[in-house]
Amino acid sequence: MTAVRTSTLAAAKLVFQRDMTLAWRRWDEVAQPLIFYVVVTTMFPLATTPDLSALREIGGGVVWVAALLASLLALEALFRADVEDGTTEQWVLSGQPLGYLLLAKVAAHWVLTGLPLVIMSPIVGTGLGLPTGAWGVLMFSLLLGTGTLSILGGIGAALTVGVRRGSVLLSLLVLPLAMPLLIFGSRAVSMQMDGDSPAGPLQLLAAIFFMALSLGPIAMSAAIRISVEN
Amino acid sequence: MSWTWFHKLASPPHAYRILGSMAPWFGWASLALILLATWWGLVKAPADYQQGDGFRILYVHAPSAWMSMFTYVVMAVAAGVGLVWRIKLAHAAAAACAPIGASFTFLALATGSIWGKPMWGTWWVWDARLTSELLLLFLYLGYMALRASFDDPQRADRASAVLALVGVINVPIIHYSVNWWSTLHQPASVTKFDKPSIDLAMLIPLFLMIVGFQLYFGWAVSRRLRGEILRRERNANWLKEAA
Amino acid sequence: MTVDGAVFEAREINAWRGDRHILRDVSFSVRPGEFLKVTGPNGVGKTTLLRVICGLLPAETGELWWRGKSVRGRRDEFNFELGHLGHLNSLKGDLTARENLKFLAGLRTTLTAQAIDATLDRVGILSRGDLPARSLSAGQKRRLALARLLLADAALWILDEPVTNLDTAGIRLVEELIVDHVEHGGLAIAAAHQRLLDDAPCLRRLELEP
Repeated sequence: MTAVRTSTLAAAKLVFQRDMTLAWRRWDEVAQPLIFYVVVTTMFPLATTPDLSALREIGGGVVWVAALLASLLALEALFRADVEDGTTEQWVLSGQPLGYLLLAKVAAHWVLTGLPLVIMSPIVGTGLGLPTGAWGVLMFSLLLGTGTLSILGGIGAALTVGVRRGSVLLSLLVLPLAMPLLIFGSRAVSMQMDGDSPAGPLQLLAAIFFMALSLGPIAMSAAIRISVEN
Repeated sequence: MSWTWFHKLASPPHAYRILGSMAPWFGWASLALILLATWWGLVKAPADYQQGDGFRILYVHAPSAWMSMFTYVVMAVAAGVGLVWRIKLAHAAAAACAPIGASFTFLALATGSIWGKPMWGTWWVWDARLTSELLLLFLYLGYMALRASFDDPQRADRASAVLALVGVINVPIIHYSVNWWSTLHQPASVTKFDKPSIDLAMLIPLFLMIVGFQLYFGWAVSRRLRGEILRRERNANWLKEAA
Repeated sequence: MTVDGAVFEAREINAWRGDRHILRDVSFSVRPGEFLKVTGPNGVGKTTLLRVICGLLPAETGELWWRGKSVRGRRDEFNFELGHLGHLNSLKGDLTARENLKFLAGLRTTLTAQAIDATLDRVGILSRGDLPARSLSAGQKRRLALARLLLADAALWILDEPVTNLDTAGIRLVEELIVDHVEHGGLAIAAAHQRLLDDAPCLRRLELEP
């Protein structure tokens, strides 16, 4: 009796489900980036001024920087456990296109870290004087930005898996690549607050996201194969 | 399809010899051109009516910036070739390019800073080009840091190759976004370090300097690459026989 | 698994590890019903050879042929027919034994609950099915890894030191599974130090020399 071959979509869903199940059993690890996010945004008023109208000037940028840093925190360990226990090796050998499996893993990671940051952003934004009118643009820009960062970070994490002090190296590699996201994302929020249409930068963010979505898995596969090949 | 002929082309002893004979030509030619361009730029070319003599540092700043980009592309292409066709020499070439490119980037930043001080009174301005160069410097440093973090040279080669390719795709995006960002507050000029006015007399030293820098690049890469080859092939027979 | 024409061949494999030329012109073939045992002293390249077959390590020169066609350019297709048991068990401690199978073996073949149960029973850990994998003993973890291999329904088995951490009963289980597999037309290649089916009729040897 020949067994039925799992479709790529079903395999990707299994990877997604697995990571969600694993995270559910260690939810404290999932909460850490979120707490870091809130702590970092709290630092800015303390370091500068409690005056909300002054904070509002840089509020969009601060929320964005904090979101990027918090996401990076969670990314370092993305592939570590799977490479160490040999699961990634089995994925490479599974006969399924590796890119899709890795994308599913990155998607799970985003749901567990990026999405909470997006949902939390109006709250931390309010602390920095951002008006309710800017919430929509803030959340949407962060949605695209954290999604792209998860993919970029996935590439970086795949390249640095097993390296000592990997998290510092990962930040050094990923942050320069994330600057465009920062520029367009925080600018979109400022434009919204000034009454201009943020469509331009939002569209650019979306374009970058889709580019990352299509090319990212290729780079991630290559990087994972390199780390497994030893 | 067998790529062995390609592999023979990239044979280390061959490359070592060829680079060894080419390097002095590059070296002397680049020295001559750089000196000529410097003299021309400092002495022969007219002073700018707006910026006076200070702008002459452009003759080093602009070529360095150009070379920093050029080197990154060469590095990425070499890395890509090494990754796809598994040619070690290509990886060695990419490794050789990195410090050279980083130096050009640093030179561009330093000359930009020196140029800016008398003009705007500060050592640093968040101008589009300088900011782009700074981010490019981070990319170079990240590449070199990644290479250094692996004990296994093969893994170092291949991982940094992936990074270089990801970087080279990002460089245009970074440039565009930084340009866009800097125009938001000064719609008039894209970069503060614009060439004052394009004049044939100014183009000549600029062109000479660029060619001089390219030849310097040829010399520096040849020398570094020979060093890389020696390091990588230290256990190989051809080296033991030649010694 | 489909076994018609399932012949595996390695031709003139050469592989380096860093500067060391580990595999020199290694050539062999395995037919359905055969079990190839790769032997040799430590460090001679047994694991390297198995990893080259799996595509986890590149071979500088040489080709691998499966079902009369070169594997080059058809890696995923080949990998699907290949079942690998390495040094690591590829288990997640936080997942139960059943979940481990579902999320890993399930990537290749659609699994039913019955199939999972039957396999767990075959390897002797059915009673441990709902326990987290980290609570299993080393031998039980190895058996779980064997269960994953069984569920992969692969024609060609690549086994790297399969009996690590197994007691005598476990070693016997592995031998039974291999014999079962090759009797149904499968192929198996294993690197092993210990006695493993040394007297079986299906056994062929490949001795690697340094």
